[in-house]
Amino acid sequence: MSVEETIKRIQSQKGVQGIIIVNAEVLICNAGIPIKTTLDNSNTVHYAGLIHQLVMKARSTVREIDPQNDLTFLRVRSKKNEIMIAPDKDYFLIVIQNPSE
Amino acid sequence: MGGGVEEWTQERTLEKPANQLDLSEEELNEEITRILTSNNPHAPQNIVRYTYKERTYKPMSTVDQLAVHCVLEGNLIHKDSDEARSQRAQQGLIKVYYCNPGEEAVEMVEGEGGVNEEMGDEESNVRKERKLKNQFNFWDRGSQTLNNPLRCTMYDVYTEELQLQEKNKEKQRTQSSKEDKRETKLVPTETQSDDISKLARVSTNMERMVVQNIFDDIAQDFQYFEDSADEFSEGGTLLPLWKFHYSKAKRLSVTSLCWNQKYQDLFGVGLGSYDFTKQGSGMLLLYTVKNCTFPQYIFSTDSSVMCLDIHTKMSYLVAVGFYDGCVAVYNLKLKTMLPTHKSSVLSGKHTDPVWQVRWQKDDMDNHHNFFSVSSDGRVVSWTLIKVLKEYVYIRYTLSLKRLDASTHLCGRCIDFHKEFDNMFLLGTEEGKIHKSSKAYSNHLIQTYNAHNMAVEAVRWNHFHPRVFISCSYDWTVKIWDHTVPTPMFTFDLNAAVGDVSWAPYSSTVFAAVTSDGKVHVFDLNTNKYKALCQQLVVAKDTSQLTHIEFNPVHPIIIVGDDHGYINCFKLSPNLRKKPKVSLLTLSGFPVK
Repeated sequence: MSVEETIKRIQSQKGVQGIIIVNAEVLICNAGIPIKTTLDNSNTVHYAGLIHQLVMKARSTVREIDPQNDLTFLRVRSKKNEIMIAPDKDYFLIVIQNPSE
Repeated sequence: MGGGVEEWTQERTLEKPANQLDLSEEELNEEITRILTSNNPHAPQNIVRYTYKERTYKPMSTVDQLAVHCVLEGNLIHKDSDEARSQRAQQGLIKVYYCNPGEEAVEMVEGEGGVNEEMGDEESNVRKERKLKNQFNFWDRGSQTLNNPLRCTMYDVYTEELQLQEKNKEKQRTQSSKEDKRETKLVPTETQSDDISKLARVSTNMERMVVQNIFDDIAQDFQYFEDSADEFSEGGTLLPLWKFHYSKAKRLSVTSLCWNQKYQDLFGVGLGSYDFTKQGSGMLLLYTVKNCTFPQYIFSTDSSVMCLDIHTKMSYLVAVGFYDGCVAVYNLKLKTMLPTHKSSVLSGKHTDPVWQVRWQKDDMDNHHNFFSVSSDGRVVSWTLIKVLKEYVYIRYTLSLKRLDASTHLCGRCIDFHKEFDNMFLLGTEEGKIHKSSKAYSNHLIQTYNAHNMAVEAVRWNHFHPRVFISCSYDWTVKIWDHTVPTPMFTFDLNAAVGDVSWAPYSSTVFAAVTSDGKVHVFDLNTNKYKALCQQLVVAKDTSQLTHIEFNPVHPIIIVGDDHGYINCFKLSPNLRKKPKVSLLTLSGFPVK
């Protein structure tokens, strides 16, 4: 099953507002580079930068407690929607979903 | 002449300057002592220091009186200092020996001969030079750039080092043993043309999370819902959970279901067609209950899949039987769409549809093997053998079962005894069930006149060693003791029964599906004559139910119908009662 198909399926699921794939390398401005997105440009850059920092913090927290452990998934549930972040070695996959829609 | 001398001898009057201080006679006669000291006149005399003890400023009594007029830095060093010694050592003129403290350090000059070495009574230690610390050769932790690194970064660096070392070791090993050609697995080097193809695992996780959000209520029901109405009645209900359907499998019916024993959320579905006139392609799908929108594995086949079985231990091996008589083995670990092994005409495939396949325990040479049953009258055992180093193929070993020529065995279903693996039951299209053993090739131990139509399913009880169940399109489900030629129980379900299955948690619970869309669940411990639950699960006129399977650990069942839909239900508490009496006393066999 190719990644493209999976991402298309996720996009077509109920309530999904956007998908962003961010490169995990850090630029000087301390943000990842968005590679693929279904949102508009300004929102994408906003999300990419902020979420990158959050993931780095979460990951370092997990690994500080036990260096053999690593972060696999992060979910941020808010009043309006839910941001799901799946970090990989080189990329992050971010999906914004409104579950009650 | 006399005039100049006279001037000289004249008294000279003192001239007073205009601003001279006028002092009186006493003051003029006052004696003033003058002292010569070494105090520095420029040194401050009123330095104060803050004392923390008294919390005040107090004047310091002694002030430094040293006045430095001129400083010149020289380049001479004492001959006994560290630096001097290191210089001499570098120049190589002198061998320097360090003795233990307390003894004299003796230097011996190389150039001079005949000098006695006074080393002392004890042996001297030759010590490495102590590191000289000057501003060019001086470092400590505080002057390093990274202080207090994170534990995880240290861990990462260490693991990288370890991996490099291991790689080096392996390289050395492979270099040394180049002669014996070992099995080198061909690792496919995928050139990642697509940047995001690395995200495969991450994207499947994400899809499951998104689906979990959407079907959150179903997941909660699966985990927590218990029907409280069961306390007041004897019967039970089935709570609908997930529905699985693949869009490309619309016109196919579910021909077989199988749960994976290792990953108990994964199940396999075989799709094909029972209709002789409408044969086309088939599919093998594997779903997980974590993602009900899309199958995890999809395999397209040329011919209808009639049966499947997932190996209990090697849970990535799936044996499949087709309508055209072939059998195949799929390996889920490989990312290919084709089966790893497939039988062909040469290797002895069946000439009729294969109705059931069953994995067996590995044989004595640790080869995987399975049995297949077909209506061409043969029960065939297939063994996967590795010939040469990597080449693996199916070889058809023996096992033909044939009665005399008049009665031709058309096997429809087979089940091997849980305890005595050799003994098995074979259901035929004539409605008979034959008990036989793998050891006998042509001989049948017993025959039961079971049904009027073809036997659809025959299953040994998971716990009781003598009991088995059978069902047929003649509307009946029968329970047998294999030592008795007539059935113990007969249930008439008013519609053609497609499949029957024992529950894995109880020896008295079983479920059957009928062509009128109903699921019947019985518990013989509670009620010997009536079903505890007879529930309509699909639309009555449009679909027929074909297969049913209990999950090994969770209280759920999956039911397949002839439109390619698989429905998952949760069993209510009345249907899940475990037997209280230990079966050990009844039969002498241990309870699983």
